[in-house]
Amino acid sequence: MFKIIQQTVRTGIVTTTYPATPADVPAFFRGKPVFDFERWQDARPAGEVCPTQAISVLDNGDQRTVTVDYGRCVFCGLCAEAGPDQAVRVTRDFELATHKRDYLVVTADYQLNPDGTHGELLGVSTREDDVETAGRTTQTAIHKLLGRSLAIRQVDAGSCNGCELEIVALNNPIYDIERFGIHFVASPRHADMLLVTGPVTRNMELALLKTFRATPDPKVVVAVGACGISGGIFGESYASLGGVEKVLPVDVYIPGCPPRPQALLHGILLAVGRLAEK
Amino acid sequence: MTVARFPEAAALQELFGEQVLSMRTGSDEHLYLVTGGPDIRGIVEHLRRDHGARIVTVFAEDRRSEDGAFFNYYVFEQFGNPQYLILCAPVHPENPEFPSLSAEIPAVNWQEREMQDWFGLKAVGHPNPRRVAMHDNWPDVHPLLKDFPLRTPLPRFEGERHIYRPAMGEGVLQVPVGPVHAGIIEPGHFSFAVAGEPILYLQLRMFYTHKGTEKLFENLPVHKAVFLAESISGDSSFSHGTAFCQAIERASDIDVPRSALLTRTIFLELERIYNHVADIGAIATDVGFVVANAHASRLREMLFTLNEHLSGSRLLRGVVCVGGVRRAWQSGQQNMLRNAVDAFESEFDDLVALIYSSDSTRDRLEHTGILRPEKAKDLGIVGVGGRASGIDLDVRRDHPYAAYDQFAFRVPVYQAGDVWHRMQVRIDEVKESVGILKSATEQNLYGTHCAVPRPIPPDRCAISSVEGWRGEIIHWVRTGPGNRLERCKVKDPSLNNWPALVEAVQGNIIADFPVINKSFNLSYSGTDR
Repeated sequence: MFKIIQQTVRTGIVTTTYPATPADVPAFFRGKPVFDFERWQDARPAGEVCPTQAISVLDNGDQRTVTVDYGRCVFCGLCAEAGPDQAVRVTRDFELATHKRDYLVVTADYQLNPDGTHGELLGVSTREDDVETAGRTTQTAIHKLLGRSLAIRQVDAGSCNGCELEIVALNNPIYDIERFGIHFVASPRHADMLLVTGPVTRNMELALLKTFRATPDPKVVVAVGACGISGGIFGESYASLGGVEKVLPVDVYIPGCPPRPQALLHGILLAVGRLAEK
Repeated sequence: MTVARFPEAAALQELFGEQVLSMRTGSDEHLYLVTGGPDIRGIVEHLRRDHGARIVTVFAEDRRSEDGAFFNYYVFEQFGNPQYLILCAPVHPENPEFPSLSAEIPAVNWQEREMQDWFGLKAVGHPNPRRVAMHDNWPDVHPLLKDFPLRTPLPRFEGERHIYRPAMGEGVLQVPVGPVHAGIIEPGHFSFAVAGEPILYLQLRMFYTHKGTEKLFENLPVHKAVFLAESISGDSSFSHGTAFCQAIERASDIDVPRSALLTRTIFLELERIYNHVADIGAIATDVGFVVANAHASRLREMLFTLNEHLSGSRLLRGVVCVGGVRRAWQSGQQNMLRNAVDAFESEFDDLVALIYSSDSTRDRLEHTGILRPEKAKDLGIVGVGGRASGIDLDVRRDHPYAAYDQFAFRVPVYQAGDVWHRMQVRIDEVKESVGILKSATEQNLYGTHCAVPRPIPPDRCAISSVEGWRGEIIHWVRTGPGNRLERCKVKDPSLNNWPALVEAVQGNIIADFPVINKSFNLSYSGTDR
């Protein structure tokens, strides 16, 4: 017993102060890729290398629409290495969770040159700006109901278990999610939130639905990771239905492959309207 | 190690006549033996009995449009022989049947049933020919047939998922658990038959996370398929990614530069120790020693942070690529690795001392969940679970890859087969891995990190194996035109090892199930694909 206490004292406090202070992420960490649409001469090389079609290129006559979907992105960074124009840059930004699926999508329209490169940039449409206003009214209500103590039931609807590793890490002494009064529970009947990883497989669809029905109202559903949001690399097939929203109404989306523990924490706090607290 | 050889084709032809058609060397890694038909029972018996061969995996391929037949492949290895022998047995589409080996070799039970589910081939004489990969409510489809499109829409779930054998008798109860479990783990269904506390019998229902991975491999260009390989089992991202890339490199004769081979070795070992440490902590938690888990999860976090500093990804994703690795070593990284390994080693010693100092932990883990060596051998158990039950296999030693031939390491093997020894195997292996990492950091890691990319020649086959932290990972590929794949067979060690859990829990109390399960810690996603 003495040894156990001695070791604990020697270790000291290891818990991070995130989100009160910014996360200390390593220099090489691959977070959100950002796009310099003005500078981008050709989106095709990036579109070709992207493993999950997070970057898609659609030509229509002499115009091109480039769509970037952070809900599909696995943060591999291949797009930043493709093509000579260096218009794509990988940043260390990981706080990407949002309330609406379309907030994760950015589209850019170009006039097309005869050789297939981009001419004039006609416009960039992003709905990121709406996040604050659209979310606020429901946010207050959710915060009132679930903003203090929160019970989470995690459901693996078909994931590769990468997301589970990072969700488990939320319980370790470093991220220690219980410091927010948030804890993982063993039954959906005790839960306020379903934290769902996926793609939702055909074989898990019913179990996911039953879990949702067993969770008392009010409840929130959070879709985790590229697969949970869009089906990720597995997409839609005979065995996979795609993202969680194919089966359940989703309140918050947390991109990543898998999202790092801070990103999960950010998304969970966003879902219950507690981000402002920091 | 004794030098073992597989028999020559002529010797086999003498014994089996026209059933043995030809033998050819695929590469340094494998030999092919083509047979005249699907009945290979005699040859298999001969290889096992007279040549000490172990069956590694069994799978099928739809070659109807090219060769007018299905092919069943039976992969063998011999102790002390780095080359695999692959029996290649044609199955005629007019008579899509093959004799089952499962009654003799329980290790192939699920794999033969996968061939039934995915290709519509019938395993004649299988003692339990029910569906395995597709649940009972699936329509009559066979997804790995070439004429079955990946995105075929199937009707939504309806009807019975799986019918379990009833457990009967006075005082016998059936306890259903899952697929959604109490902890943060993957889905699967366990049906326990209990009499009082002890477990009489456990029935498993897996494949809840079946994602059509092997079909998907046939629909992706190779450079994207690397990411799919990393998603077979998230905690083995680097091992599966490496196994896949190695297969492609062997199929296309790509020489991986020395620096990349060393880098792969380093990351493979980092993946092994982060998982082993987490498991050691989780086993301690399951018997109530949570302080040990707090330290263990802190150590895992240390390794995740190191992974990220070295590779940009905590789970070592997006690092391996066909031809090598994606990034060269940067200045300072080698030192960082060396220092982190030293710091980890001393912390790990403290953790082990802490666990050894707890008599109650030892008491709970010893003689719990015993898997006897003879059972382990029958079931073809590999990896940690196998080595704790006398199965002396380790791909790093038996079929050297990456830079493992440059390092000396010991393969821990125990006979007791209980939870304690499965933990002990992990403790020993972490120490060996630390040794490998330390000598790797003494070497010059700088140099070319990736071979020059080149088109992948079509219609080449290759086998590749990696000792993931759970055990033997096998990837077999046949390349197709346009940098694509005709077939990619993936075998995660979990697939063999689930039946070990069924054996190990018998007679134990149901309250010990979590710790027994954790001591194997199998991948549902790796099994289900």
